[in-house]
Amino acid sequence: MVTNITSFGRSGLSDWLMQRVSAVILALYTVFIVAFLLFNPNLDYYTWSGLFSQTWMRIFSLLAFVALAAHAWIGLWTVTTDYLKSTRLRVGVQAVIILGIFVYLVWGIQILWGA
Amino acid sequence: MSNLQVSVYRYNPETDSAPYMQEFQVDTKGRDVMVLDVLHMMKEQDSGLAFRRSCREGVCGSDGMNMNGKNGLACITPLSDVVKNNKLTLRPLPGLPVIRDMVVDMGLFYKQYERIQPYLQNDTPAPAIERLQSPEERDKLDGLYECILCACCSTSCPSFWWNPEKFVGPAGLLQSYRFLADSRDTATSERLSNLEDPFSVFRCRGIMNCVAVCPKGLNPTRAIGKIREMLLADAT
Repeated sequence: MVTNITSFGRSGLSDWLMQRVSAVILALYTVFIVAFLLFNPNLDYYTWSGLFSQTWMRIFSLLAFVALAAHAWIGLWTVTTDYLKSTRLRVGVQAVIILGIFVYLVWGIQILWGA
Repeated sequence: MSNLQVSVYRYNPETDSAPYMQEFQVDTKGRDVMVLDVLHMMKEQDSGLAFRRSCREGVCGSDGMNMNGKNGLACITPLSDVVKNNKLTLRPLPGLPVIRDMVVDMGLFYKQYERIQPYLQNDTPAPAIERLQSPEERDKLDGLYECILCACCSTSCPSFWWNPEKFVGPAGLLQSYRFLADSRDTATSERLSNLEDPFSVFRCRGIMNCVAVCPKGLNPTRAIGKIREMLLADAT
């Protein structure tokens, strides 16, 4: 039995499923944002902040941020376990990645509910 | 027609400090022979050249090697399939420790094969004659049981190169599914629970190198997809 303690869900199956679900969420969010920009060629601050003042848009954005955080962690965890063979280096890089993702997630939440 | 230029990986750990490539000129008399025949011609020139071979007809899986960058069985690969500009480069299977020249240590490959318990497990009382299968149940094993364990697929897989002690590899997973799909096997849930970690199955990224090189035309990527489906169905 292969064990691990640093992967996202401690299980390859749950990581695999989460990676696919988060990919779908991110694809939907990307399509929505691109479509919004295309339909608003003369986008100004009021339209943009008006969009993000809606509760559904904040929920959708937070969902996308959380999906991005999970997606990034699962993907980068895989990269580190493939290529970084020194345990000290691997755990160090994983810690930096986790910290970065955490900072970006909190910062994203602050932007969504801050302004 | 000029002689075939062959470049072969040579390494004898007892006398060489590092591996090197040795150049050979081989006169094939213009015939489209198999790569294994060329190896025998080279061995006549240098009897120290070491490589594995046995049945010389693509059944035993002994002479898997890397020919001009692609894994395959030397005995069933004609020169016309691999030779470019009259040059042929032969290397041992990538990613496994070299014992000597073209001979690699298959220990890790067999360890992963052993780990998937490649034998029928059935905890019900044995019937008087045999465990019968319907023709449909037997059909599910086609494309799985034909594997000869030549290791061409697993040693062309980057996921196996980086984590050979954790990722089962395409050959082992094809055999794993061969027993998961077998109607006579009752150890399905135990087999699945040994595979759901992030490495054993899920380190496969679906790049399909295994499918591209399999000398028997098998499809380990499809088998891995079926294992994922079974894991998902079992756990959700």
